Amino acid sequence: MMEPAKDSTETGGEPLLRVEDLVVEYRLAGKVVHAVSGVSFVLARGETLGLVGESGCGKSTLARALLQLTPARSGRVLFDGIDLTTVAGAALRALRRRLQIIFQDPIASLNPRRRVADLIAEPLRIAGVRDEAEHERRMIEVLEAVGLDPSQVRGRFAHEFSGGQCQRICIARALILEPELIVCDEPVSALDVSIRAQILNLLEAMKARYGLTLLFIAHDLAVVKAVSDRVAVMYLGKLCEVAPTEHLFRNPGHPYTALLLQAIPRPDPAAPIPERVALGEPPSPMAPPSGCRFRTRCQRAAARCSEEEPQLTEIAPKQLVACHFPLRGGVEASLAER
Amino acid sequence: MGAATQARPARPLLAIEGVSVELPTPRGALRAVAGVSLELAAGRTLGIVGESGSGKTMLSRAVARLLPRRAKLTGAVHFDGHNLAELDAEALRRLRGRSLAFVFQDPMTSLNPVLTIGAQIIETLREHLGLDRSAAVRRAIELLGQVGIPSPDQRLRQYPHQFSGGMRQRVAIAIALSCEPKLLIADEPTTALDVTVQAQILDLLAREQRRRGMAMILITHDLGVVAGRTDEVAVMYAGRVVERAPTHILFKAMRMPYTQALIAAIPKLDAPPHTPLKAISGLPPDLTRPSEGCAFAPRCPYASGRCRQSPPPLTGSGAQQFACWHPLEPAVATAP
Amino acid sequence: MRTSKAAIVGAADAAAELWAGFAKFGWLFWLALAWIGWIVLAAGLADLLPLPSPTDMDMLERRAPPSAAHWLGTDRLGRDMLARLIHGGRISLTVAILAPLIGLLIGGALGILAGYFRGLLETVVVGGVDVLLAFPPLVLALAITAYLGQTVANLTYIIGILSIPAFTRVARAATLSLAKREFILAARAMGATELRILLRELLPNVILPLMAFFLLAVAVTIVVEGALSFLGLGVPPPAPSWGGMIGEGRESLETAPRIAFLPALFMFLTVLSFNVVGDTLRVLTDPRQAAL
Repeated sequence: MMEPAKDSTETGGEPLLRVEDLVVEYRLAGKVVHAVSGVSFVLARGETLGLVGESGCGKSTLARALLQLTPARSGRVLFDGIDLTTVAGAALRALRRRLQIIFQDPIASLNPRRRVADLIAEPLRIAGVRDEAEHERRMIEVLEAVGLDPSQVRGRFAHEFSGGQCQRICIARALILEPELIVCDEPVSALDVSIRAQILNLLEAMKARYGLTLLFIAHDLAVVKAVSDRVAVMYLGKLCEVAPTEHLFRNPGHPYTALLLQAIPRPDPAAPIPERVALGEPPSPMAPPSGCRFRTRCQRAAARCSEEEPQLTEIAPKQLVACHFPLRGGVEASLAER
Repeated sequence: MGAATQARPARPLLAIEGVSVELPTPRGALRAVAGVSLELAAGRTLGIVGESGSGKTMLSRAVARLLPRRAKLTGAVHFDGHNLAELDAEALRRLRGRSLAFVFQDPMTSLNPVLTIGAQIIETLREHLGLDRSAAVRRAIELLGQVGIPSPDQRLRQYPHQFSGGMRQRVAIAIALSCEPKLLIADEPTTALDVTVQAQILDLLAREQRRRGMAMILITHDLGVVAGRTDEVAVMYAGRVVERAPTHILFKAMRMPYTQALIAAIPKLDAPPHTPLKAISGLPPDLTRPSEGCAFAPRCPYASGRCRQSPPPLTGSGAQQFACWHPLEPAVATAP
Repeated sequence: MRTSKAAIVGAADAAAELWAGFAKFGWLFWLALAWIGWIVLAAGLADLLPLPSPTDMDMLERRAPPSAAHWLGTDRLGRDMLARLIHGGRISLTVAILAPLIGLLIGGALGILAGYFRGLLETVVVGGVDVLLAFPPLVLALAITAYLGQTVANLTYIIGILSIPAFTRVARAATLSLAKREFILAARAMGATELRILLRELLPNVILPLMAFFLLAVAVTIVVEGALSFLGLGVPPPAPSWGGMIGEGRESLETAPRIAFLPALFMFLTVLSFNVVGDTLRVLTDPRQAAL
């Protein structure tokens, strides 16, 4: 049982979310998929933690496991001190009001047969608020907050709206109970570039207005950078690095982080395209490599990497890296080290 | 990928003239593409950038004559000296795959799941090049090696589902390149792939394009993808080309407010966290109700009455063209 | 002046919208709906209509062609064809609607529960339904009518139970694809109980393909009941039913073919109408079509 990494970003008092050694596995065609293998982190009240990783790294599974929508095999999820993995039934449902989630596909997140007014008021009904006038009042307030005209949208169905508008409706629905934490599972990946910026700005504005704490999951590093205070990088079910945003981008500690940064296409024709070494494809989560899971694609891998699994250790103030040979210096330095 | 200074060849490899595509939908006729004219010289790379609904996919399908049956196509497409409208179905079929190749977005569905990938490549080779079986097998192994698939002789016998997304896309590229096409159209080839794999695939495409001297059209919604890898970029909005320029000029000295807004809306890696993004207000246009004026006018910060009344024509000098009544001031283009 | 002109324009707009709404379904749909409407109405009000009795035999007028007294003529025993067709329609339609209703309620519920909860429940339901499917339907019908008696009620039960597997499959398939979608997950994340999710999120979506399938099942049941009655295993005489009438008309094919063809025509039109309506609704309620 791994000791949760001591996170020096903790100020006094309990963080809003503390995840300890979470493991999520499921069976697929007879084999076990190790989706999340011992992930630990904390989320302080009022901060935005960006969680970044490519497909198959387990970030979506992690998001669902945090909200107990997928059962975890082991580990603890402490929300405001309460272990969500041990709560069930009505108690869990009551807690759910304080934790909300926004999904990647905004249109699929809305029941196609119900009108918007109905959809947005649903959390209130589930929470036991019966007063219709109260539903009305809060629905109007939250729709206006996300930039939609209540009179225009309330009577329509989800398929009459664009992706961006549907995402606003989903955000409104998530906000109506005034939760404390919102997990955003790739909220802008399915949207057009011009709409993406709108929704990101909206999330920032809502966070300020409602005093939210956000866990922002994405595969696009640039998007994550725009909204996060700290960033966690995930690979094949494990966290490689957790660091404050600016620091991570300027001085990545983990070779995978450096690889991700390097691979992002930059909208600048003058930026040189780095000479890339063919590093192959990510291994399957059904058969993760022994020791460090990134070693099959890492230039710096040595014998120790296949024998001993690296733990998250603090290599610089507030920067946690799980690597036996972490990078020091900036991205340029890491390129030179190759 | 530098600025082209050689004289344009007398006849461009691909000439699209006034192409429009209309689709019937329950809500009325949808103008997916509205009067697009483009040219592409042999050996050059053109990037077509646009969001969903801009018409970029329909345009590429129109070029290859792969439109859905209900679509109405007007305008002319000249490829390699032939007017595609005048070719019969058999001649078109021979052209496709041989001189004109396509790579689609979703490698899951662009490969036949019940045939081995060897069978699929060999089928193309034998059909278009008339090779006998052993020659085709040799060539297939060679191609798979060129696109970076390890142990190609073994993987020939495997089925698409045994490959990862990136590998499948490599196979699709191998099939596309197998007959040494003169033009490769890649429609969002990396959108469905991870960022690290995306970079590898784009590198592969660029490498193969250089090696074979073939022309390439790279269609994407991601401006970052075209930035380093194309000679020219055409930006599409609401079915029209609204700006076209050599790549470095487009990014540094764009004339069209939409292009400027698009670039500004992308979160930049170099900006500090929590920098508010310059979002484009409003919604993408409804293509079943085309507006009278410029399609971007409702969202444009510089729009005037004239913009709303009449659509601006594509004007401009030399290599840079734009469709705007109030183009941005031409800045001094930085050296490539 | 201006207001009345505006009113006319408004009325014309509304009429155009209404027309567009009609046109969306297609003229065949409306024809089919009209046929179903009239036959259901006539069958329902059969007792009130000024028709001769369907069982009165007029031996002087056997196999008579259409006349003022008998609009569609008489059959081999002198009974009025129109009256028999309408009364027969009542019986055929009653069985045709009630039997699939049994399938819809029981099969639909089982399918939704199996598709939503998966696991052991799904295995049991699917297995049980497969067993039911394995019974040769005609033999089962014969056995049960021989044992319990040949009545309209028994016929309805048998056909109803035999239709359960099909409904279970449709409901389960629809549920499986819907339960994966994020709006179900979102409801759970909001703290909704499973019952609430089933009733308020899932059911309104699953009911559409089920209803479309129900109409198709009605069409099939008319034919099934007709076949059984044709063989003499369905509705017992002297109660008229379309299948039975076709059977009785066999011996008059050379002299008065109309006696067999008229019930066949009525059956054909009714089955076709239900198929058209069911299929149109299925196409319209397909979520991918609706999203366009």
